[in-house]
Amino acid sequence: MATEILMPALSPTMTEGKLARWLVKEGDTVSTGKVLAEIETDKATMELEAVDDGKIGKILVPEGTENVAVNRPIAVLLGEDETVSATAAPAKAAAPAAAAAPQAKAPAAPSQPQGAQEPQYETWKTQTVREALRDAMSEEMRRDEAVYLMGEEVAEYQGAYKISQGLLEEFGGNRVIDTPITEHGFAGLAVGAAFGGLKPIVEFMTFNFAMQAIDQIVNSAAKTLYMSGGQMGCQIVFRGPNGAAARVGAQHSQCYASWYAHVPGLKVVAPWSASDAKGLLKSAIRDRNPVIFLENEILYGQSFPVPDAPDFTVPIGKAKIERPGAHVTLVAFSIMVGKALQAAEKLAEEGIDAEVINLRTIRPLDIDTIIQSVQKTGRLVTVEEGWAYSGIGSEISSQIMEKAFDYLDAPILRVAGKDVPMPYAANLEAMALPQVDDIVQAAKDVCYR
Amino acid sequence: MAKEKPIKKPSSGGNVAKPEELVKFYRDMLLIRRFEERAGQLYGMGLIGGFCHLYIGQEAVVVGLQSVAKPGDSIVTSYRDHGHMLACDMDPKGVMAELTGRATGYSKGKGGSMHMFSREKGFYGGHGIVAAQVPIGTGLAFAHKYKKDGGMSFTYFGDGAANQGQVYESFNMASLWHLPVLYVIENNKYAMGTSVARGSASTDFVHRGEPYNMKCMSVDGMDVQAVRAAGLEAAEYIRAGNGPVLMEVHTYRYRGHSMSDPAKYRTKEELQKMRTEHDPIDRLRAVLLDMKAIDEDGFKAMDKEIKDIVLEAAEFSQTSPEPDPSELWTDILVA
Repeated sequence: MATEILMPALSPTMTEGKLARWLVKEGDTVSTGKVLAEIETDKATMELEAVDDGKIGKILVPEGTENVAVNRPIAVLLGEDETVSATAAPAKAAAPAAAAAPQAKAPAAPSQPQGAQEPQYETWKTQTVREALRDAMSEEMRRDEAVYLMGEEVAEYQGAYKISQGLLEEFGGNRVIDTPITEHGFAGLAVGAAFGGLKPIVEFMTFNFAMQAIDQIVNSAAKTLYMSGGQMGCQIVFRGPNGAAARVGAQHSQCYASWYAHVPGLKVVAPWSASDAKGLLKSAIRDRNPVIFLENEILYGQSFPVPDAPDFTVPIGKAKIERPGAHVTLVAFSIMVGKALQAAEKLAEEGIDAEVINLRTIRPLDIDTIIQSVQKTGRLVTVEEGWAYSGIGSEISSQIMEKAFDYLDAPILRVAGKDVPMPYAANLEAMALPQVDDIVQAAKDVCYR
Repeated sequence: MAKEKPIKKPSSGGNVAKPEELVKFYRDMLLIRRFEERAGQLYGMGLIGGFCHLYIGQEAVVVGLQSVAKPGDSIVTSYRDHGHMLACDMDPKGVMAELTGRATGYSKGKGGSMHMFSREKGFYGGHGIVAAQVPIGTGLAFAHKYKKDGGMSFTYFGDGAANQGQVYESFNMASLWHLPVLYVIENNKYAMGTSVARGSASTDFVHRGEPYNMKCMSVDGMDVQAVRAAGLEAAEYIRAGNGPVLMEVHTYRYRGHSMSDPAKYRTKEELQKMRTEHDPIDRLRAVLLDMKAIDEDGFKAMDKEIKDIVLEAAEFSQTSPEPDPSELWTDILVA
């Protein structure tokens, strides 16, 4: 029976790719395991292998074609005795694949930052979050010899998520260092190096793996300045993707913002856009304290405008008003900023004017910006991907209750991840994560609409 | 200080498996390979999400070792776990349905590729954090000894995990307390993209049990007969109450670390050489033909049987329903 060969998904977040090269031609006989084609994703070039024996009946997508969607038929494979004319369209298409695909397009980025505190820049360029992070590191490494990068697969592999692309080539193996799989060990080693005067950037492949190292981060990096009476500072950045990616299950999908934000002695940063990522990472590397830098895998491939200026940084400890509004304040960080902005658009259609605050820094918290907003709107919804229990929204609620209670016209609501370990199944995962409609509903609730 | 090295390389002369056992090993390895190829295809179609780490190339390790397991034994491994589950006699349909995130999967669709379990079959996961299963496997052994149930723990991990500190904390306790555990280092040469030589100061993992006075063995993991023979020796030693054994098994994964790994850190020639000269399934096939344990028609029939099992599992995994939304809130605490 003729079967279609489909454009494969080659990573958890891939939705389309380039069919770079065919390694077979029509009429070729292939057996299981034979490499049929090369597929380029934004991260890598992968080989597509045959899963069944047969003959290539027809090539449907020529080589060199860009943006081929996952699951689009790219060739027809014939059984042993079939001819090309027998290629009636095979029946089956993969049904739930679309549901499994994560959000494909970058949200429309605001063309210029808003908010009075933002400096204005003349020239901007469009970059992915991935490129912005790489540029932040390479600029700081050029600027300061003491800055170096270490972690699993950061050098020769160019980063598990390709954040450190090109750094080994530019800075060499003394400053871009592949470690063994030894999180507790290399985190502690980097803390020691920082005590010794270096300025390490430690990449965790994901923050889930940093749980192996959290003792060194909290007990050594965060507390030693205090315990030494101010002698032993620790200038270090711990960075990597945090939170859920796409269907990687409970042990790989967790937000650690509130874990680290709990600890005096740490700064905790969570960028959303590419300009956040670049400006905040540069500030984090220059900061004389340990900084936890929480990235998001799904955002890595999204593009945003970034100031094209050598002195561009974003200060740690300052929130940013991404969208001014009068009726309700939505406070979010990391990937949830995009969701809050989408919610604000929907709310606008119903006549509710939402102000969206991008926290940017989790600790120290820019509570003043939130208070000023609440003084204007009287209503507050916090949005985070992690669990509500003892979460960032809980902290914001407490502080607003203590400092701005009289300005509230409604109880504060928290939109957060459901209080369960992250399920793997596509339908349950979507239920577990905060969605745009959840934010819209909470905003309407606090507006009594 | 001169020290006697407790390393023994088992010769293929002793503990020779019977022809019918060898046929079963062949079948078990073929099932794993065909299952994994199909899983790779379903991943490409978007039916399997997240991470998916295939076991293709390493089949002889788990088939050889689990052939010496007894009912009641425990087994635990990393996220590269599909082969181990099939070797524990778990149902291919339930495993594949978990990969597609369906209600009929071993974890009701809530665990996925890396997090699957079967208490009935003594399979304790499926762990997503590198090396986390090593103390857990040690604890399973502790429970066997505590309960005096005669069972032992098969604790599998990779060459990458072998550099995590908790591995050595486990070795110390296991040896100190004579726990019935077989530590299996599946050395497939690469910790994701880092070759053993680039990640390990000493590359002979077999020596790493010596400071803990463990019996240490090194085995060709591409030869199921050699693995089986070593497994018998190790299991006998462990079940006799002598304490843990460390076994380094030399193997090779044909695919990338996970589906999204292009594996540019090794040459195509290296991979091709392993496939053509050391493939565990091809090697055993030649042995079986040579000893006339099975003829070409027999192989054809087996190919078809395995293909049907895997197709049935794939079909089951696509037609089964997704978990009921109410499952989001179950299994968080025991009521």
